[in-house]
Amino acid sequence: METSTYIFLQHYWWFLVSLLGGLLVFLLFVQGGQSLLFQVGKTENQQKMLLNSTGRKWEFTFTTLVTFGGAFFASFPLFYSTSFGGAYWVWMLILLCFVLQAVSYEYQAKKGNLLGKKTYQVFLIINGIVAPLLIGTAVGTFFTGADFQVNKEHLTDLSMPIISTWMNPLHGLEAALNIWNLFLGLALVYLSRVLGLLYYINNIDDAEIYATCHRRMKKESSGFLIFFLIFVFYLFVADGFAVNPDTQEVYKETGKYLHNFLAMPGVLLVFLAGVVLVLFGIGKTILKEGYRRGIWFAGIGTILTVLALLLCVGWNNTPYYPSNVDLQSSLTIANSCSSPFTLKVMSFVSILIPFVLAYIFYAWRAIDLRGINRNDLEHDSHMY
Amino acid sequence: MIASIDTSLIDWSRAQFALTAMYHWLFVPLTLGLGIIQAIMETLYVKTGKEYWKSTAQFWMKLFGINFAIGVATGLILEFEFGTNWSNYSWFVGDIFGAPLAIEGIVAFFMEATFIAVMFFGWEKVSKRFHLASTWLTIAGATLSALWILIANSWMQYPAGMHFNPDSVRNEMLDFWAVALSPVAINKFFHTVLSGWVTGATFVIGVSCWYLLKKRNTDFALRSIRVAAIFGLFASVILLWTGDGSAYQVAQKQPMKLAAMEGLYEGQEGAGLVAIGVLNPDKKAYNDAENPFLFKIEIPNMLSLLAERESDAFVPGIKDLIDGGYALSNGETALSASEKIARGRVAIQALADYRTALKANDEAAMKEHRATLDANFQYFGYGYLNEPSDLIPPVGLSFYSFHIMVILGGYLILLFIVVLLVARSGKIQHMNWLHHTALWSIPLAYIAGQAGWIVAEVGRQPWAIQDILPTVAGVSRLSTASVQTTFFIFLVLFTVLLIAELRIMVKAIQKGPETNTSSLK
Repeated sequence: METSTYIFLQHYWWFLVSLLGGLLVFLLFVQGGQSLLFQVGKTENQQKMLLNSTGRKWEFTFTTLVTFGGAFFASFPLFYSTSFGGAYWVWMLILLCFVLQAVSYEYQAKKGNLLGKKTYQVFLIINGIVAPLLIGTAVGTFFTGADFQVNKEHLTDLSMPIISTWMNPLHGLEAALNIWNLFLGLALVYLSRVLGLLYYINNIDDAEIYATCHRRMKKESSGFLIFFLIFVFYLFVADGFAVNPDTQEVYKETGKYLHNFLAMPGVLLVFLAGVVLVLFGIGKTILKEGYRRGIWFAGIGTILTVLALLLCVGWNNTPYYPSNVDLQSSLTIANSCSSPFTLKVMSFVSILIPFVLAYIFYAWRAIDLRGINRNDLEHDSHMY
Repeated sequence: MIASIDTSLIDWSRAQFALTAMYHWLFVPLTLGLGIIQAIMETLYVKTGKEYWKSTAQFWMKLFGINFAIGVATGLILEFEFGTNWSNYSWFVGDIFGAPLAIEGIVAFFMEATFIAVMFFGWEKVSKRFHLASTWLTIAGATLSALWILIANSWMQYPAGMHFNPDSVRNEMLDFWAVALSPVAINKFFHTVLSGWVTGATFVIGVSCWYLLKKRNTDFALRSIRVAAIFGLFASVILLWTGDGSAYQVAQKQPMKLAAMEGLYEGQEGAGLVAIGVLNPDKKAYNDAENPFLFKIEIPNMLSLLAERESDAFVPGIKDLIDGGYALSNGETALSASEKIARGRVAIQALADYRTALKANDEAAMKEHRATLDANFQYFGYGYLNEPSDLIPPVGLSFYSFHIMVILGGYLILLFIVVLLVARSGKIQHMNWLHHTALWSIPLAYIAGQAGWIVAEVGRQPWAIQDILPTVAGVSRLSTASVQTTFFIFLVLFTVLLIAELRIMVKAIQKGPETNTSSLK
């Protein structure tokens, strides 16, 4: 295979991984919705409606997370091995709170569930807050860097053949000690809550729930905007990381991410369009009483914004996973990707993605044509 | 920081993976089996228009949902544990191994997640046919996910379709179809999925028999038994056939596993298959004089037939595999374990030399070392082992698991035949002994499935990837304490959730099918 094709495939797969990342963040509306369970749902009946509303979508978020992991593994295996095996605790905690989610919907209202309804609902709230927070924190390290070393020569060392070494004894928890990672995490928590509110407004046909959600919009949106804008400001002025495409040498470059946006105007456009759509979805929902379609604008806007941010950190000769302890160990899409053959095979597989999206959309529409209402709670055969 | 790998790290990493996998496998078989059974029932509803098939299908779907949730929870951890706990493995073979996992997500999980929502919430919202299609697509998604993860697992047992690239220091895929359609993968897929079908059938028959015992929901129970018994018999007969295929493949690709499964230390021509036996606990080393068995009953020549398809063929034992020197089927003489370890070290050293030459840009040296590496690569993983006895998997665990699996498999075939015959004759309602037997057979089906996985995974030790990478070179560089901590977190969490799941399941069964099932229409 020609080098140019290989480079194209690396960029293509980074695009797909970024797109999955964008979808995942959008789908965190399920988490945001969960985190608001007791704040929006004042009565047991209302809580039941909320749970049955996100309860029909949680598997998409979950599946997207798993696919994100799988796609990253197949296309950039060195990231998969270095980050998951090194930042052990942050990933383990993320997984644990998703384990709690997976059983909670099904078990919370069932007889004999051992821990009681309230416990499972608290599990959902834990998942609703901790998952976006930690995912944001972990993704923050794409920009701020992490403490690892990769040395492939270790493979020939019989006593210690492991190539990736995590140099921080906290094994990933240190990411949460970095203020910028934390800001991104908090931005994600608030974003997921905003999206959760917008989703409830769209999906639940109930005047009281609408009123509560509508009231909360300003507060949650302000939280999101504050943390998001601080992070974006940091991004534009911070020391970024760059790689020389000829020598593959990694070095620090101030304002690298801003430079990337300027060097890739298309990506900048996607970013701006995304931000505008998010703001439009939020603004119109707040300003126009009875408006229910905000989730579509804010949702698509979220996907575009995250996509652009991830493209910015992976494309244009940028190491997407910089190492703070050993710059030259930093991961780029070129040094961490799969072989040309595997990327090609996986690209054929990726042709299926539009079909998958199409049937998801079709099936989703089929069961969501009418919003959830009080009536459903009594008549549906399968209720959480 | 640890300077060399602590063996306790390997043990705990393996323990954690085994824990997650075994818990996961408590839920997956029922998903695979019950998923088909409920789809058949719904098909009968759509074909006949009879409401009782709908309520029957809906009841089993309710149990399906309870079981499914926890299967998803444990499965998530498994997928990521390749990275968290086996990071070197993930790098060394990620180029091949990552693909099936990604395809599993894109092709299978989304199908499952999308249509399960329609299956559960769409009864009143979509047409009958769309709903039926969704039920089938849910189980199709689950089965496809099994396909891809089993392709990945099979590749670890029988690495094919790849080569080692010393420039990237990893194995790279050369032939996708050799990976996806390897004979081991296909056989393993059918054997494993069918074992799930058998578990599902046993579950449905057992639960239905409980209703017969309690003399309630009789018509519902009889309907369910009829569907499940036919389905279970069909599945178990093919299961037997694929089991034979599995044994043959193990003999060809993983002879040490076969020897451990059979407790065969000294190879022989016309080897017999141990039908039942008790291992001798005094046997400490592969080459001591102790008899490996306290007692055994053999089926003469059967092992040779199973392994080589010839009743008088030679089947190597553990001692032969360690000492080498016997004739291989291709006419060559088998190497001893020490020779393989030595050649593995040559391969690893050649890789180191190649890398040095690469840095020095010395093309002649690169070519020379590459040739040495290629000539010895098939023994690459052996280089990481310390001594020949490292190659012997736990014989007791492999032997007993294998025989428990086979005996229980045979028992379940018998059970399906009896249930089917009795159900057809219409006498089953009054046969209390059979109701008890069927009810207590449910855990036996689970034990058989777990035992099967123990044979497959313990039997291939010390290999993460057969001959290429032992577990010792596959782990993540973590402290043992970290892995112990997560191990116990998972142990407690999964156990609590399992207890919750069982209690919810029992309550739901006690409550029984909701709608009127008092009479067969």
